[in-house]
Amino acid sequence: MIFLTKHYQGFKPIILLALIAPSLFWIFQFFNGKLGVNPIENLMDKMGLMALRVIILTLIISMLADIKSFKSIVILRRMIGLIAFYYVCLHFLTYIILDHFFDIKFILKDIAKRPFITFGFISFICLMPLAITSNKFSIKKLGYKIWKRIHFLIYPAAILSSLHFYMLVRANKTEPFIYIMIVCCLLLYRIFKRIIFPYLVR
Amino acid sequence: MKIPNSEITPYELYLNRRKFIKSTVLASIGASLPKGLNANHSDNSEIYNAYLDEGDELNKFSEITTYNNFYEFWSGKGDPAKYSKDFKPEPWTISVDGLVNKPKTFDFDDLLKKITIEDRVYRLRCVEAWSMVIPWQGFPLSALINIAEPLSSAKFVKFETIFRPTEMPAQSTGLLPWPYVEGLRMDEAMNPLTLLSTGLYGHKLPNQNGAPIRLVVPWKYGFKSIKSITKISFTESRPVSTWQSLAPHEYGFYSNVNPNVDHPRWSQSTERRIGEFKRRKTLMYNGYEKEVSYMYKDLDLKKFF
Repeated sequence: MIFLTKHYQGFKPIILLALIAPSLFWIFQFFNGKLGVNPIENLMDKMGLMALRVIILTLIISMLADIKSFKSIVILRRMIGLIAFYYVCLHFLTYIILDHFFDIKFILKDIAKRPFITFGFISFICLMPLAITSNKFSIKKLGYKIWKRIHFLIYPAAILSSLHFYMLVRANKTEPFIYIMIVCCLLLYRIFKRIIFPYLVR
Repeated sequence: MKIPNSEITPYELYLNRRKFIKSTVLASIGASLPKGLNANHSDNSEIYNAYLDEGDELNKFSEITTYNNFYEFWSGKGDPAKYSKDFKPEPWTISVDGLVNKPKTFDFDDLLKKITIEDRVYRLRCVEAWSMVIPWQGFPLSALINIAEPLSSAKFVKFETIFRPTEMPAQSTGLLPWPYVEGLRMDEAMNPLTLLSTGLYGHKLPNQNGAPIRLVVPWKYGFKSIKSITKISFTESRPVSTWQSLAPHEYGFYSNVNPNVDHPRWSQSTERRIGEFKRRKTLMYNGYEKEVSYMYKDLDLKKFF
């Protein structure tokens, strides 16, 4: 069975709601004192992990779209990518406002001095142009080729985000390690498909 | 931020006011409370307020007992409270060996008869940049050392947590090298602030806080305060602690709280006091500079972190 664009179109509002809902729930919990003893850290961790998961989801969608019967799934990618950026922003805002209450001097030092924060921050920077150019107008203006190149930044962003998570954890690094592996596999797949496979075929 | 009283009150007065008031009444309460009472604890914190520094507020019993690092019960902060229910801290023995006159194994209940339980309200500063204020009950480690009679060749004290994988689920995995090991230099161990804690808020230590007996070294990062101690050895060479063996560039032997020496992962200049919104400035030696700095005056604190 082949899923058509209109099928995915119908799913869009449900997916949007399902992916945004956790953030609203956590914010509600935060303001009602339901996020445990260290709610700021908890909120920041939850938003960050969700951001990484949604970033990976967009990469999986790209891969699925290579399969003929799932081709049209790619129309979901922009929305999900923007949701990933939404979580990255919430994660970053929690860090700036709740964790350090606009102590910009401290934050800049933190970004410069602590590799795991540096990685997280670079990842955030990588995602900005993607979010800005996630519209039809930008594709037209930039041309598909350049636009596509810009959007390859999702890979460094995904690798840096998973490293950011890996370096933060003191022990029990299994979970972050799994994320790194998933991202690496997806990246290898992309490299194979874009570079090695065309070469073989030729 | 207010300057804590500890910095402006004369030393003797400060000690009298806060730390060395012995409370034998509480001691008997602490030792005789049945375990079941832990469940219906009410935050009766008034008795401890007298020992507080200005600007400090006691953390709630519920905070102290649900947000813990005790990797034997997994690595999430809420895990120890969840997964330590099957741990049996009774009966308990502590063996003392190494460079001592007579190696000996103490029965925990017998040991309690030999010492006097005191109240100590201490700040606890975790290396992860959060902190709490906790009303402990316990006795100075020096009291046990005096009973143990170490030889003059003993330069360090090494502590070990119990290894009991059937009751401590993470010990069946390689999460950390087991058993957990910590150590102190002899003068640190004899410092009057160094406590062996057997209770908090007037209750026996809950499992997640290191039942039945744990170390509390308030001027060092929390991981030095080893939990559920079953073995104490006196050694001539410096023991290697668990975190030090895992990541020597991150965790040193001393691990004194020092806002000027950062951990690669966390700035140590500020901390979040659990229950507060804005971060606080971290104090040198966690605010116990007067009591402990003499031990480190010849030490390069950047090198020996």
